Amino acid sequence: MKVWQCLVCSFIYDEAKGDPEHGIKPGTKWEDVPMDWSCPDCGVAKADFDMVEV
Amino acid sequence: MSTQPVVIVGSGLAGYTVAREFRKLDTQTPVVVLSRDHGGFYSKPMLSNAFAQKKSADSLLMKEAATMASDLNAEIRPHSTVTAINPQLKQLSVNGEVLQYSKLVLALGADTIRLPLQGDGADDVLSVNDLDDYRRFREAVDGKKDIAILGAGLIGCEFANDLIGSGYQVDVVDLAPQLLGRLLPPESAAYIQRKLEGEGVVFHLGTTTQLVEKAGAQYKLKLANGESLVADLVLSAVGLKPRTALAASAGIKTNRGIVVNTLLQTNFEDIYALGDCAEVEGRVLPFVMPIMQAARALAPTLTGHATPVKYPAMPVAVKTPACLTVVSPPDAGAQGEWKVEGGVDGVNAQFHHKNGQLLGFALMGAAVGEKSKLTQQLPAIL
Repeated sequence: MKVWQCLVCSFIYDEAKGDPEHGIKPGTKWEDVPMDWSCPDCGVAKADFDMVEV
Repeated sequence: MSTQPVVIVGSGLAGYTVAREFRKLDTQTPVVVLSRDHGGFYSKPMLSNAFAQKKSADSLLMKEAATMASDLNAEIRPHSTVTAINPQLKQLSVNGEVLQYSKLVLALGADTIRLPLQGDGADDVLSVNDLDDYRRFREAVDGKKDIAILGAGLIGCEFANDLIGSGYQVDVVDLAPQLLGRLLPPESAAYIQRKLEGEGVVFHLGTTTQLVEKAGAQYKLKLANGESLVADLVLSAVGLKPRTALAASAGIKTNRGIVVNTLLQTNFEDIYALGDCAEVEGRVLPFVMPIMQAARALAPTLTGHATPVKYPAMPVAVKTPACLTVVSPPDAGAQGEWKVEGGVDGVNAQFHHKNGQLLGFALMGAAVGEKSKLTQQLPAIL
């Protein structure tokens, strides 16, 4: 399981935790997060700004 | 006749996001992005929390101007200053040359507010408003120990947490009696203050800095309450002021920001504004989420499909690791009152209208988990 950080606002996406409040189950790999998912903190879409692995 | 370009003034998140969204809809019309600085793309929100992560200015630069130009199929002009706009002729003066536009997008950003300080050290007070500022700050702070921060708002608190976590001694001075003045009820402000004090930050509230004078390699600050502080470096973070002068001199209507309607259109049909420089239906919202919403609406408008911007409720995360905080402040002048439930592990503050409608919140620590549920209950802003 990897941890990713939003390039714009530094929000952390932890694959182990997912983002269940927005329909992303715990354990969802970043590559499996849908392209229309957007960063819950800043609204940047996955399709626009890839996350960096930290 | 060749098509005149869409010209975007500003290469921050607002300018570049408009360019990107526009290109998704129109791959033909020329796009020119004018940048006052290097034109590289970076994340401004990270400037106030990059220190603890040991990020240099170079590592924060994600894409250079040339890369952005090829990604966006746009002409990026670094180090280009616009000195005048002629709305009647649809022309700009850029570095002394004339540039014609078909549509003009002002994404000028905001300047830092500077306190009127006395003393021979006043000109040495730094502020961090862009990547070049960050580079200067990183160089200046290297090998130093005591940092004085002017301003206990969002950016001041983020810097305080970032620096204290990196081994610095931090003093914060603010005229307001509490932290994050406009965003929080007093009980919540007291909670985050205790958390930051627990990390070692020293606050001087309800007073202001009057004088900064050189004292050897250090600075001596005199506060209005009679206290004095000694610091190796003084950082100012007292707020932002939308950049309006260029627009105002061209006859574009300005108030606190450049005045635009829900189409992000100024009083001139082909001139638009968004981001930190814009006042959208009376609101200046210098945060990332409003920029994304505005850019996604403006792109179709620029292609001829008028699309009003919609602002859902947009909570803001305060990046203070000592005290996780998410706020969605009620409108200034909103009728209602705060109800605060606090515990040892967090504070849940909610602002309700007397009819029961939730109008705002401030969540800290464990209460941050309530964010999504509460955000759904908030009314849309626009």
